[in-house]
Amino acid sequence: MKKYGSKLLPALLITAILLFWESAVSVLSIPLYVLPSPTQVIRALLEESATLALHASTTVLEALAGMGLSVILAVFLGLVMDCFPLMRRSIYPILVVTQTVPMIVMAPILIIYMGFGIAPKIFTVVLMCFFPIAVSFCDGLSQVDKDYVNLVRSYGAGPLLTYRLVKIPSAIPSLISGLKVAATYSISGAVVGEWIGAQKGLGYYILRVKNSYMLDRVFACVIVIIALSLCMNGLICLYQYHALPYLQKRR
Amino acid sequence: MKLNVQELTFSYEKKKILDKLTFSIQDGEFVSLLGPSGCGKSTILKLLSGVLTPEAGKVTVDGQSIRDLSQEFSYMPQNDLLFPWKTILDNVCLYGRIHGSLDAVRQEAKKRFLKFGLSGYEDSYPSQLSGGMRQRAAFLRTSLCQADILLLDEPFGALDVITRGEMQDWLLEMRKNLSRTVLLVTHDMDEAIYLSDRILILSPSPARVTHELKLEETNRSREWLYCQSRLRKEIHGAIMANASL
Repeated sequence: MKKYGSKLLPALLITAILLFWESAVSVLSIPLYVLPSPTQVIRALLEESATLALHASTTVLEALAGMGLSVILAVFLGLVMDCFPLMRRSIYPILVVTQTVPMIVMAPILIIYMGFGIAPKIFTVVLMCFFPIAVSFCDGLSQVDKDYVNLVRSYGAGPLLTYRLVKIPSAIPSLISGLKVAATYSISGAVVGEWIGAQKGLGYYILRVKNSYMLDRVFACVIVIIALSLCMNGLICLYQYHALPYLQKRR
Repeated sequence: MKLNVQELTFSYEKKKILDKLTFSIQDGEFVSLLGPSGCGKSTILKLLSGVLTPEAGKVTVDGQSIRDLSQEFSYMPQNDLLFPWKTILDNVCLYGRIHGSLDAVRQEAKKRFLKFGLSGYEDSYPSQLSGGMRQRAAFLRTSLCQADILLLDEPFGALDVITRGEMQDWLLEMRKNLSRTVLLVTHDMDEAIYLSDRILILSPSPARVTHELKLEETNRSREWLYCQSRLRKEIHGAIMANASL
């Protein structure tokens, strides 16, 4: 009962909010260009499903490409920072600084440098996703139990084998935690990139319908963005489930 | 293989842990190092296994000088240190994985699973095993190394009293088949008496051997152990005499 209760309560709360929202829009006769009702949003979602799917495919492609690049870069840099403490001390503060620059400021600059193609969107995703992956992987590597390292060393393993046998596998759960955060950022990153200058994608679509005051479609697009972000997170969870079976197996 | 440790010296953060420690172990002998906490027992094993480097001193195995990491030793630390992401079979084959002889070690490991009470758990993960089984798996991993000298660092220290007793009985039984030289670090007097051919008692840090006991009983049992009050008194007396130094 307790198990179902924990899931039932948030569902009930969301239902209550939606009912209040629906009745408030209806009773107060709020116009569509100010606040659409939940039913209007759902109607727009169904009517625009084909268009949304088309734009979503572009956004997902950019997000996946950005995530892929981020993982490669983050793993490489994480290993470099762990191997060379001097590099860690030099690079880590720069990584932190890159996260303080607002992406909405960076995106137009990227368009100046890279044009209006897919490249600046992918790079925006990289800028948003790279940091959580790199930091979590790097921390994971530095927190490896030294006794494990000593054990494989005493068995005759060299530095490369020590990374392969102990350090990298130990840091994988941390890397996955970073991936989960990055995965939820990836769709938003692509949308920000498209917002500044694009011919397709959810960011472009949302800007177009907003300029036409079709707020039901704006909200429908937001729902799609949320759903896609959750799907990206779910993909990482699925990967974790299959790649790290030992986490599920307990005595 | 005969192990000789001569004037081994080691300091940590300017504190001298070992100062000219000297002892030797005969081929096939089971020797326990007994001493107060922090006297440097585990450091001795880490120095022998090459995890730490001594400041001075010499270690020889059958007259050959040993430097840095050596294939003569197989080290079993206090915790089982099984990799949680690997199955038990993969864990115990670590030595083969490192030295490119995985298939041969796998075959040998599969033969020993029954003897080590791990049969049927080859594909399990360490988190699915009890504490005693994990220690047995760690011991199997140690025994699968092509090393003639086993260095055991309080292997049962993390276990509850009952499991610990069971593991000691099991190791006593295993000793007959091991035919290896063993150096066991322990702070448990009864464990040392029960398992060893010889007990070396260490002084507080900086450690040196202050007392030595030879145990010649070949037919050991729990009943035999319970009657060893004279030995217990002697060891206790030696440790207390060290403490007052």
